[in-house]
Amino acid sequence: MVTVTFAPSLRRHVDCAPQSVAPGSLRDALETALLAAPDLAPYVFDDQRCVRKHVAVFINKTLTQDRKTLAQPLQAGDQVLVIQALTGG
Amino acid sequence: MQTLLVASRKGLFVIRGSGTDWRISAHHFPGDPVTQVMTDPRSGHWYAALRLGHFGAKLRKSTDQGTTWFDVGTPAFPPKPTTGPLAEDPMPWNVEMVWSLTPGGPDEPDVLWAGCMPAGLFRSDDAGKTWTLNKPLWEDPRRMLWMGGGNDYPGMHSVLVDPRDARCIRVAISCGGVWKSSDAGASWELSARGMTANYVPGEAEDDQNAQDPHRMVQCTAEPDVLWVQHHCGMYRSTDGARLWQSLTPPAPSDFGFAVACDPTNPLRAWFAPAQSDTFRYPVDGRMVVTRTEDGGQTFEVLDNGLPGQDAYHLVYRHGLALAPDASTLAMASTTGGLWISPDAGNHWHCVSRDLPPVAALGWVTPA
Repeated sequence: MVTVTFAPSLRRHVDCAPQSVAPGSLRDALETALLAAPDLAPYVFDDQRCVRKHVAVFINKTLTQDRKTLAQPLQAGDQVLVIQALTGG
Repeated sequence: MQTLLVASRKGLFVIRGSGTDWRISAHHFPGDPVTQVMTDPRSGHWYAALRLGHFGAKLRKSTDQGTTWFDVGTPAFPPKPTTGPLAEDPMPWNVEMVWSLTPGGPDEPDVLWAGCMPAGLFRSDDAGKTWTLNKPLWEDPRRMLWMGGGNDYPGMHSVLVDPRDARCIRVAISCGGVWKSSDAGASWELSARGMTANYVPGEAEDDQNAQDPHRMVQCTAEPDVLWVQHHCGMYRSTDGARLWQSLTPPAPSDFGFAVACDPTNPLRAWFAPAQSDTFRYPVDGRMVVTRTEDGGQTFEVLDNGLPGQDAYHLVYRHGLALAPDASTLAMASTTGGLWISPDAGNHWHCVSRDLPPVAALGWVTPA
């Protein structure tokens, strides 16, 4: 299984415990995890269902660069972490 | 006792009081930018638009005067087409900010309108739970010519529902002129004739679609009377925005962002002048409000109680608001000043000089 965790900066708006989801694409993992807290989805995705430009998604220790297709495949045991990006300041 | 909501860069403040005794009674969403606030006179419900730096625009609602808040739907653009002319639209189809919130008519109690940046107009038919983009205006090819005017994208800051007929909607866009619909948004026409833009080439300065109305307000008692603080001056219309008359520039300046008008007296309005678009602070560092009582023919300069020197406040579009009593006037600035006048601007009382930058003010209408 893949674990998807949302940082406290997101959970202060809409709480969502870490979710365990089936391996698949990154989009599949995020969309499935957000079924547990649908109101959190607009905090992660913009109107076009892309990851917001000031939200960062890590797969294990790697920051993903693709915000649109999210096609990167995930393996069992992968850890996905969704955080607020530190964009200067 | 009156209640004023202050939308600031670091939360929403609730100010209560009367006369010269005003106190901050609550602070909601501390640390979060609030771009607009609206109290719905039909329901008494409060709405606050947030612009979360990381997580986008959000709309919160309270049905108990701010004791509790909950997320409602936020206006959002539909998926951008991948074919056809709109596929080439350089505008991002993402709501960056909710800039205007307006209740529908009394005969449509759950209707709300939201003007956004980019300048989409959205309608809710369920008191904010869900929103739908007004496609006739968004898909008008003239929309592609709108400009950002100091922001990255054009924005819709003024949405006015005609008190005589809720199907009649007027909107103002920086920079995209004034538009009017007589059929609840099914069709639109430009309605900025008479305005002049000196920031475009001379032959285009009368182009209605290029105008930058900074703020537009409407007289409730005589809705054919509207006022605009424009990037290039001040305007008044007496025929429902079909034609705009330029007002003779008063001292100390005809530049600014905010305008408020008397809901009962079509001849009276207030402006908050700044020096110019390049120098966005009071002329000579002296903060004043200008008021006309004769439809814009003459203006008084009101400064009793306002900073008289070394003041570098700017009053944004929604930073000047008249209370429902048509006498209590509030003004707030980008440098955290909040002043309230009990007598229509004759005397001002400083409530605070230390608030965060203020985006918008909203008086609570008594139930």
